[in-house]
Order: sequence, then C-alpha cells, then structure tokens
Amino acid sequence: MSSSPAHPQRIVVIGNGMVGYKFCEKLVAKAQPGAYQITVFGEEPRPAYDRVHLSAYFSGTTAEELTMAPVSWYEENNINLHLGELVTGIDATSKLITTHKGLAISYDKLILATGSSAFVPPINGVEKEGVFVYRTIEDLDAMLEYAPKARTAAVIGGGLLGLEAAKAAMDMGLTTHVIEFASRLMPRQLDEFGSDMLKKKLENLGISIHLNKSTTAILGEPGVRKMTFADGSELDVDMIIVSAGIKPRDELAVKAGLSVGPRGGILVNDALQTSDPDIYAIGESALHGGMIYGLVAPGYDMAETVVTNLVGGEKTFKGFDMSTKLKLIGVDVASFGDPFISEPNARTIVFEDRIKGIYKRINISEDGKYLLGGILVGEAANYNMLLQTVQNRIIVPPDAEDLILGSRGGGSESAGAGVLSLPEEATICSCEGVSKGTICNSIKDEKLCDVASIKKCTKAGTSCGGCVPMLGDLLNATLKEMGQEVKQVLCEHFQYSRHEILDIVKVNNIRTFDELISHHGKGDGCEICKPAVASILASTWNELILKQATIQDTNDRYLANIQKGGTYSVVPRIAGGEITPEKLIVIGQVAAKYGLYTKITGGQRIDMFGARVDQLPDIWEELVNAGFESGHAYGKSLRTVKSCVGSTWCRYGLHDSVGFAIQIEERYRGLRSPHKLKGGVSGCVRECAEAQSKDFGIIATEKGWNLYICGNGGAKPQHAQLFATDLDTETCLRYLDRFLMFYIKTAEPLNRTATWLNKMEGGIEYLRQVIIEDSLGICADLEREMEFMVDTYACEWKEVVNNPELRKRFQHFVNTPEPDPSINFRPERGQKVPVI
Amino acid sequence: MLSTQNPDTRSSEVTYWFKAAEVSAFPADGGACVKYQNQQIAVFNFTRRNEWYACQNMCPHKQQMILARGLVGDQCGEPKVACPFHKKTFSLLTGENLNGECYEIQTYPVKVEDGFVYIGITE
Repeated sequence: MSSSPAHPQRIVVIGNGMVGYKFCEKLVAKAQPGAYQITVFGEEPRPAYDRVHLSAYFSGTTAEELTMAPVSWYEENNINLHLGELVTGIDATSKLITTHKGLAISYDKLILATGSSAFVPPINGVEKEGVFVYRTIEDLDAMLEYAPKARTAAVIGGGLLGLEAAKAAMDMGLTTHVIEFASRLMPRQLDEFGSDMLKKKLENLGISIHLNKSTTAILGEPGVRKMTFADGSELDVDMIIVSAGIKPRDELAVKAGLSVGPRGGILVNDALQTSDPDIYAIGESALHGGMIYGLVAPGYDMAETVVTNLVGGEKTFKGFDMSTKLKLIGVDVASFGDPFISEPNARTIVFEDRIKGIYKRINISEDGKYLLGGILVGEAANYNMLLQTVQNRIIVPPDAEDLILGSRGGGSESAGAGVLSLPEEATICSCEGVSKGTICNSIKDEKLCDVASIKKCTKAGTSCGGCVPMLGDLLNATLKEMGQEVKQVLCEHFQYSRHEILDIVKVNNIRTFDELISHHGKGDGCEICKPAVASILASTWNELILKQATIQDTNDRYLANIQKGGTYSVVPRIAGGEITPEKLIVIGQVAAKYGLYTKITGGQRIDMFGARVDQLPDIWEELVNAGFESGHAYGKSLRTVKSCVGSTWCRYGLHDSVGFAIQIEERYRGLRSPHKLKGGVSGCVRECAEAQSKDFGIIATEKGWNLYICGNGGAKPQHAQLFATDLDTETCLRYLDRFLMFYIKTAEPLNRTATWLNKMEGGIEYLRQVIIEDSLGICADLEREMEFMVDTYACEWKEVVNNPELRKRFQHFVNTPEPDPSINFRPERGQKVPVI
Repeated sequence: MLSTQNPDTRSSEVTYWFKAAEVSAFPADGGACVKYQNQQIAVFNFTRRNEWYACQNMCPHKQQMILARGLVGDQCGEPKVACPFHKKTFSLLTGENLNGECYEIQTYPVKVEDGFVYIGITE
C-alpha cells in the first residue's frame, strides 16, 4: 500500500458541536486509513447533537434522537472522544493543549470548533432565578424543570432563535411573549411587511409580540416576577428566556495569543487558518470577512474546506449565502439571496394576501434578467427553486411574477424553471454541499430508486431536510430520463401493477388465480398477490369468493373478522344505521344464544365478537332467516354509509339523508375494492354523519347534494375534497358509480381513495375531468361495469348457509368435530372477552 | 401407494406416522388443522407444487393458534406460509421465519398413502 505515513498526523478538535462533529465525519471519510490520529474534546456531557432542531426536544424528541452520531461511532472510527472535558490552554509554540483535568496532548494541527454561547445583554436582574438561555440540552432540561412553576414566559429576542425559543415556551404550555428591540421580527431576514405578516400569524397562535422594546430591568425576589422597559411599560412574567444573539467562544484563542476581531470571533483567512497557520477555526467561533456565521450550512462548508486542504486538496471558503427557510410554529418563513435590496439597485415584486396570511417579495435585477433575493412568509414551497435561481443566475421568465404566483394560464405546470433546468453544479443540499450533478450521478451509477437511499448515499437532505422535496423531483426526473418508469409491481410473482393485472384478467377472461399466475406470473404466489388478485377477480366477475377460498385473506375466507384468540366477529349490514326494533331484538337474541360480546361500531352498526369458526354458519343461518345479510365488515369492500337522521326528524335537515344513505349502501354492498370503502350522507352543513372524513361523503344543500371524495380517518386522517356541488340524486349516483369504478380499476392494492388521489398526477382537477367531463371517454364503460356489479350482487352468507359443502369448511380441526381448546374467555363488565 | 412426500430429511427419523385425515379434507393450495394428542398441527396441501407440508398451528409471534388458516406461497421458490394475523411468514421446509425475526416453527414430514394424509412424529 502506498502513502500511509509512518507517523499519523495528530489532529486535535476542540469542540464537539454540529460543526466539530461534521469535521470528524468528513475527515474520516476522506482520509487514508491510519493517516490521522484524531482527538476530540467536548465540554458538554454528551456527543454532538442537532441544535437546529432543538425545539423538537419540547415536543417529545429525545436527546438520543437528536444525537448526530453515538459514542460508538467515534470508537469505530478510532477517534478519542473526551466528553465533559474543558480545554483550558493552548501552547502554540510547543503545540500542546491542556485540559481542566490536567491532561496535556500534542497536536500537529489544531481545529477550534468552539462555537458560541448565548449573548446575554447586561440587563439589571438578568441573573435572577427563572432567567434562562436557549442553547444546550442542559438549558432545556433546566427550563423544563422550572416551567411547571411558571405561567407566563417572555423571550428576549425576536430573531430566528428567539422565535424557536417562543415555540418551546408554547410547547411547555406557557403564555408566551416575545420582546424585540428592533422594529421588526427576524430583522436580519425580514422586511417590515414580512415581519408584519409573521407577527399577525404568531399573534393568531396566541403569542404576544412586543416590538421596539428595550428591556431595562428584571424584577422579583427570588424568582422573576416582572420586566420593565425603556418606554416605561411593564410586563408580568415568571420566566424569561434570553435569545438575543450569539457570542463567539474565542476566549481560548485570546489566551493563546491568536488574533480576534474587535467585537469577538477568531480571525481566519479563506483557508480558515487563524493567525497561527497550524490552528484552524470553523463554525460560529470563526470570523471570516467580517462575518460570524450563525447557521449550520456555512459551518459545514468550513469543515469541508479544512478537511479538503488537510488531505491535500484545494478549497477556499469564500463566504456563504445566509439564505434560510424554516417553519416557525407552523408558519413557513424564508429569506434568500439579498432579501432587502431595493430601488434603484433592484426592482421588487410584492404579493400580499392578508386573508391567508401570505407575504412574498422578490427582488429582480434592474435589467429584469436575474433574481437577486427575496422573502417568503406564510407559504414557502418555492424556496428551493428560488434560491437555486439566485445562486445559479438562471434567467427569470419574462413574467417574473410567475415565480411567486405560479403560472396562471390555467395549466397545472409549475412556473419558472423546473429542477431539471438547473445546471449540474447547482447546489441542492446547501448543508452538506451536494450538487445536482452528484445526486443525479449517484441515482444513475448506484441505481438508487428512492429518496432514502439518495440520503444515505450522498448525505443530501440529512441535515435540515429542506431539500428533500427536490431530491424526490430529481429522482423522478432522472429515472424518467433513464427511460425507467417508476414501475409499481405487485410482488415477486407478478411484474405488473394492479391496474395492468386487472386489464389482463378482463381481456383474457381469466377467472382463477391459478390460471393467472400460470400464464402471466411466476412461482406459486404469496400473501400479497393472492388477496390482491382475489379482489381483482371479485371486482371484475363478482362471483362467490369462496369458490377460491384459499387465495382469500382469512377474513374473506371465513367471511368474518378474525380477532385476538382466533375467534371471529360478526357484523350484519344495517344500511345507513337504520334498524327496526324487531331486528334489534334478533341481534340481541342471537348474541345471547351464542354468548357473543356486543359492541356498537364506528359505522353505526353492531358487532358481535367471540364466535368460534364452527359457530359462524349457525349464527348466520339465524341472522339470514331474520332478514339480515352480510355486512362485509371482513372485506376490502364497501363497509357502511353513515347517515345523520336527516329531514325526516331533524329540524335542520334539508333532505332525507337516511334514505339516500340506504340507497347508496345497498347499491354498492359487497363491492370489492383495493381497500375498504366508507361513505356518509349528512342532511345539512352541520355534518353530523362526518361525511367529509369518508371515501365519499354527501352533504345536502338547498339545491341538492354536494359530493366530497377521497377522505379518510385512520392513522393519517385526511379531509375529503369537494368534488361537485348541488347535484341532483341521479347525477350524484352517476358520479359515484364512475368514481368508485375508476378507483377500483386504477388504484394500487391497499391504497385508500385518499392515497390514490394523492398519488394521482393532476390531482382532483384531473379526476374531475375524467369523471365529470369524461376526458378519457371511459365513463360509459365505468357505468356499465358498475351496473354489472350491482346486478350480480348476492349475499355471500346466504349462499354459505344454504350450501352444505361450504358449511363443512367452517371447523377448526379436520379430524375431530371438537372446537379449538385453546380458546378461553373471562368476564368483563357483564360480557365475555378473550383470555390471551 | 406413495403419491407425494415433502423433501424433509427428517422423514428417516420418524418413529410414528399419524393418520390425520382424508386428502379431501385439505383444500387445494391451502391448509387445515389436525389434532394430534394435545397438539395442533397445520397441514398444507400445496397442490400447485404437488407437495404436502405440516407445521405447528401456533404462530410464535403472538402465540395464536392460526397458521392452518394462513395463505401458502413461495419466496424465491421456497414454500412458505403467512400468518393471517400480522403476515409473519415461515419457511415450510425449515420452519425459519422469513421476515428476519428470530423465532421459528416446528415442521413435520408428511406422506400421503391410499388417499390418507399421515404426519411424521419423532418421539
């Protein structure tokens, strides 16, 4: 092996913050093995953590989750990590550092990544109990401990960090005030109008903002009780968080005789060398070109610069763009390029929407060609593109306002240049310094196929995460460019999407799974493709699913919902939630006879739990004889159409919501689909049926029905979207027919309608064109196919009950009639529940 | 006659062939549960492969007596069963969990003679 030197170079890093850590990570990645012996000192008790997302600590993120890399990472990379150890002296002449524990270590190169501390203005009483700074996890722990004693908190400082601290105070449940000395919030990023919009948004969230306020004293004994201000006003508070800026930690450098700036900061050149060429300073402690950089991205770039030079490369640090985007308490705020430049040096375009709370400003060069900078408040989705447009000097479109307003030509294409038009060298991830070329080449060379692997391979998007949406765009665009469709295949047995299989089934008149896999797949199938194909066959031919019982999931195989302990639950259809007293009595009698636990479901019907598999046909025989039919609670199919009581009884009701719900539920009962389907019908806008949380929801209006589609509850709730308004009953049903059949034909397996719509190119507007305008010319087919399903419906349980061969399959053992002996119950609140 | 037999090497160690049920009791490409003494054994009639398999009926993940009602299939050619509860999958050859988890299931040799299914018990 070639150039591993006889003696490794000794690198000492003072400071284990984000930038100090990033230096180690980059050095380890670039260095020859064994070339360096790295020693790191951190004064905090834990290894470097993500300070950018510190406020997440208050909403439940743990210290471990914020950690950049665990202690074991340092061990694995042969880095000597000294935590909780303060470096007290640097002897630059003999190249030696000493620590407060008396340790002395020699270095060849010394890296100062000492960071900064919170700047605490000299206010009377600032030392009192209840005054905190917002900087380290220890600071946060101290606040969390104090907060239960407090009701009202004031944050001194309305800058970026101050507003983060305000979020933390809110998360601790405190009434929150922000005190800013300047005339606007985030004075380094926002102009007056931007600040004004942000102020309104924050005030709406319950945070009081006080501008032009200079704090003169903090009163109270022993703890904080009151603040007084230069204008004579006062504020009662019992906790104060100081977040008025940062102060570079340069005391060690000063002691060592290194040059520092007049207002602090270790002076460095473009190679980040201090006045001693073997000592470097990076991050918030370094003063470069008269600037202290309080953001993480320039710190990382400094680390990259030093590492590159150490390993023999060439790179200089030439200052850094202070553009930033963040979500402050749910409000998007971004500032990029030169946010303040104005006439006569630039021309500005401003958009303000005081209803939605959006402010956007862009500054265009005098010749109208280049974007110089701007400000976004309330909506910042275009930040990445705008930043790239500035940094890469991309010529702006003739209608430059499109950059912030979007193209208003009616088309759906986004305005301005897309991500593909960026040059190869465009920086996509400014935190990690990853260019578009690097990302696209990794996608091609490493055959990456998702954003997670791009992050892993290039590190792009791993820090602030702001560029992650662009990574997705680049991935799709690059794959497309490579001629690769991002193909959805069902599983290892079928190289087709669900939609393609449905077409194959239909065109080739395929009726069984065996036939399909033999001719169009490979292997023997699995738990993914079998139920998916079963659903497709059912949605196409509507034959009794028990003809192919062993390709059904267990719920469909036994036409009941399996529960803990291996028993099943039974749910008869109660369309629209309407039931006669006689039928209620039957349910009660059946449940009592078979000892079933009963509970009202979320879909306005009654679930009977605890039935053994061998009891199911007997139970259903009684139910069927009393006029009940299957509720399909076990199927990926229509479940219920929930209704409010409607105009029949309700003094507010406009139309008969119960009647319509029953009509719809009976129309689509038994309809197999990619996932379960739920509906709702409300008789007026009070929306008691919660129709807007369903796959389809219908709400009565004065003139007819409003149709909402593609909502769901569940783990990721999503509101249904308004699809069409004031429909008559017939049109509403026709749209529903088309919509449901289009979903059944095109969705991937186990995608609810909301997920399906979210993935659909063109979104709800496209769907309207297909369903209402018939842009694909398929509506007649969809209606015919739905009519076939409606006409061929038969109750599955009725068929089983009347078929002795099918009934025989409902037993636990095949060699003895006895039931499963492992099933046990215990009583609870007057009913039985399984013992597990 | 001996129609099919799974390739379980432990067949030679079988001390007792338990006569479980008629072939017709086991649905094509599916399973059914057999009671042997106090044990529950899932037997699979893998018609597509013309093979038979048997394993414990209890899924070790949540200790549910259920595997006989699971879907059979293959993973890269290896025959497997998926538990209906949480879709944990197990090799029908080795009993190994195929989701990379550390529990496994007991498998049994199966033979079919004169229209009856026999499970190989090793005492």
